[in-house]
This record gives sequence, C-alpha cells and structure tokens, in this order.
Amino acid sequence: MSWDFKDIKNWKTGDHPIGSIIPEPATAEQYKTGGWRSEKPIWHEDKCTHCMICWTFCPDSSIMVDDQKMYDIDYDHCKGCGICATECPKDAIDMEPEEK
Amino acid sequence: MAKSVALTGNIACAQAMRQIDPDVVAAYPITPQTTIVEEFSQYVANGQVNTEYVTVESEHSAMSACVGASAAGSRVMTATASQGLALMWEVLYIASSYRLPIVMHNTNRTLSGPINIHCDHSDSMGARDSGWIQIFCENAQEAYDSTIQAIRIAEDKRVRLPVMVCLDGFIITHSIDRLDMIEDDEVKKFVGEIEPPYTLLDPDAPITVGPFDGLHGFFPEFKRDQELAILSSKDVIEEVGKEYGQLTGREYGLFDAYKLEDAEMALIVLGSTAGTAGEVVDNLRAQGEKVGMIKLRSFRPFPARELSEVLSPLKAVAVMDRSFSPGGEGGPVFVEVRSALFENVDRPNIINFIYGLGGRDVGIADIEEAFSRLKRVSDSGTIEETVGYLGLRE
Repeated sequence: MSWDFKDIKNWKTGDHPIGSIIPEPATAEQYKTGGWRSEKPIWHEDKCTHCMICWTFCPDSSIMVDDQKMYDIDYDHCKGCGICATECPKDAIDMEPEEK
Repeated sequence: MAKSVALTGNIACAQAMRQIDPDVVAAYPITPQTTIVEEFSQYVANGQVNTEYVTVESEHSAMSACVGASAAGSRVMTATASQGLALMWEVLYIASSYRLPIVMHNTNRTLSGPINIHCDHSDSMGARDSGWIQIFCENAQEAYDSTIQAIRIAEDKRVRLPVMVCLDGFIITHSIDRLDMIEDDEVKKFVGEIEPPYTLLDPDAPITVGPFDGLHGFFPEFKRDQELAILSSKDVIEEVGKEYGQLTGREYGLFDAYKLEDAEMALIVLGSTAGTAGEVVDNLRAQGEKVGMIKLRSFRPFPARELSEVLSPLKAVAVMDRSFSPGGEGGPVFVEVRSALFENVDRPNIINFIYGLGGRDVGIADIEEAFSRLKRVSDSGTIEETVGYLGLRE
C-alpha cells in the first residue's frame, strides 16, 4: 500500500487509516524539517579530513556521505543544532545565521 | 457447564485471564492488584497458558510493552491500580489513539496522599478522558464475567479500543465470594481469535506506527473518529452482554436498573456499593417506600440518553460518587448525570453524595442516611445541599 497524503489538509473524520498508522515504513525522510533552522552549518571542504565525527554526532542523519567521504549537508532535514560544528576537530564547519 | 467456586475477586480475574489465554501480559505488581498478576504468573510457570509474560520495572513500562505487543497484533492484558495507573497515564492515551484492544483490570484504590491503599474511584476517574472504555463491577462474579466480555468489546471491529475493567480494591479484590465459572472451552469459543486491523511485524507489509501529526494534519478529525468508536461501543457492550447472558444466564448492559419501575427516589452507584444499596432498597421497599437504584456499569462510554430516559419519571435522584474533584461542582458521576438530565423539562431533583474516600467504610446505615436526606428533597421538592458528604466527621 502506498501512502498518499497530498490531500491531508482536506481529510475528513474517518478518512485517515485506523490508529493513525502510515501504511508504509521509513516515511520520516518525506517530512522536511530544514525550515526549523535558525543557524546554518557551512562545510569547508578544504579543512575536512573526513574523520566522520560530525556524521557520528549528527542527530538528524544530515551529514551526507558517499564511499566514506563527506560530500554535503542535507539542508532539507538539518535543524541547525550546531553539534557538528562544535564536535569538528578541524574547524571545518561554521554556523552562520539563516537570514544572512 | 458452569461450576460454582469460592474465590477472591482478584483470583476470579486471574482465572478469567487463564481461560482467555492472552498472547502477552506485561504487568507490574501494586496493591491491591498484585494477586491478579501473581496468580497469573503461576499459570504461566505451570504451562497452563501460552502467554508471553513480560516482567517490567514500572507501570509506565508495563503499558508501553502492552502497546508494542498489541500493535504487533497480539491479544494483550494487564492489571494495575492507583499510583500504577497514574504512572501509566500518558501511555493510556497512546493505547486508545492507536486503537489497541488491550484489556486491563484496575483494582480501584485511591491516590495518595496521605498514603492510602484502600478503595475509592479516584484512579479510574483520573483516566476518564483517556479514551478507554471503563466498566465497573459489583462483585467477583461481575469482575469475572466482565473480563471475558471485555475482550470481545475491545476487539470488535466497530470499537477497537482498550477496556478497563474496574473492581473495588480489597472490597472485591480480596474478599472471597461465591461465583459461577464457565468451562475453559466455552470461554475460548466466546472470545474467539483476535483479528487485528494492522500489525507492526509483517515484513511483507511494513507500516509506521505512532507518526507525527502537526498543525496541518488531521488531529481533530482523528479524535472525533476515536470518539465515534467509543460511542459505538455502547451497542457492542449491550450485544456482548446479551450474548453472554444466553451462554450463562447472566445478562449485562450499560447499567442495571433495580426496582425502578414505580420508584420516586433512586440512588446511582458504581461498584461494590451497589450490593449494600440494593439491600437498603429491599428494606425500604418492605416498609412501603418507593425507592430504587441504578448500578452504572459503563462509565465510559457514558449512557447519558439512556439514563435520562429511565430517570426522568423520578422525583429525586442522588448520585453516589466514590471520588471527587476538589473545587468542582460535585463528583465526576454527578456532573455527568446532572448534565444528562438538564434538557428534560420534567427532570427530577438531583443531589450528590461524596462517600467512601480512601476506603472509608460504607454500610447499611450510610445508605439509609442517603435515602433519608434524599427523601427530604423528594418531599419538599427543594434542594438544600447539592453536594454533600456521607460518613464524614465535621
């Protein structure tokens, strides 16, 4: 079964699945939480040693990694907590205000 | 074939659980519930049931484990009381909103402080709005019968909600009472097999349980749907109660109207006090007084329309509340009964008695006192005291 919630704002009483279950797994990715951010992490690739400490600490799986190398930050889901910038031993991540 | 036995209310409940043979029981002991799960754990150890018995470190965990097991599609039971129910509180709402048909005994005990392990209905009433069906029992027989019926009510396709079977702490739980049990295979046939609407553990159809629903979702519609389910449980409670009556000769409904046909005055009671009140009704009837009683069985769903119909012809009604709401206008049962009657032009005068808090004994003399004060209301047609106490020293 696929989860079609495009019309969720118009759902009437009883239109939802029983118990508010979602009839498919791993749907959190579809919920974009990046809009909650007030500060944005900026990655400096030149300083990065790909130690993966930020990847380990990120509570939102927003450090994008391919073949054991970081290549970007997932701004659709990063909430801007700044843990990556705090933990980075090489100062390869800075936080800057979103409005900038 | 029924057999008559002498058991405490708790052991009668444990025996019903043995006959139901649920898939999972997760429970934490608390007075006066302990002997239910203690006895049941022996059935597990003896191999008399096939239940997975989960020992947990608290009631919060007990209800959480029940939620997980029930979401997986199992038939799940547990039991608690008082502070234990209070500790479960946030998870009660999860169980009802996930529409999980968990059946739980609540052996009514007050909430501290001062620390008190005895009966009143504060614990159940605190969970009144959690979306659980709440059924109150008068004695061990009703506790046994209601446990078996609760499985059918909870799992009915029109309902799919958790059910709390409430029995008065110590008065029912620890008193040895005579009751009739039906055969194991009759119970198994009556409860049938669970047919869960969804299951957490189907690798061919994985689902997400417990998702987020924020400002732009369907929360109010979801809650209304949940309410429609508990309202439709009224029919189910009556149907299951009738079917159980055909099997055992003991029929059940939303409430029991006792000697109400030509009555002018009546008490409304929950739980074990119905036994004492029924005795007083008999005595007063023998003296020519036109009195009756309503034993309210289902507090959630609350049978407002049904009660309003049977109470309207009366001159005066007293609601007996074994819990109270400090600062409120009477106890929780009173508030709802009075509200149910409000739209009737010919409604009776209605008063409230708060009684039996923390296990304060209520005897024949207390119920006689209640009827005597109610008679003054009935005769005069006026109410001097809307909310009063029975058995309070002041």
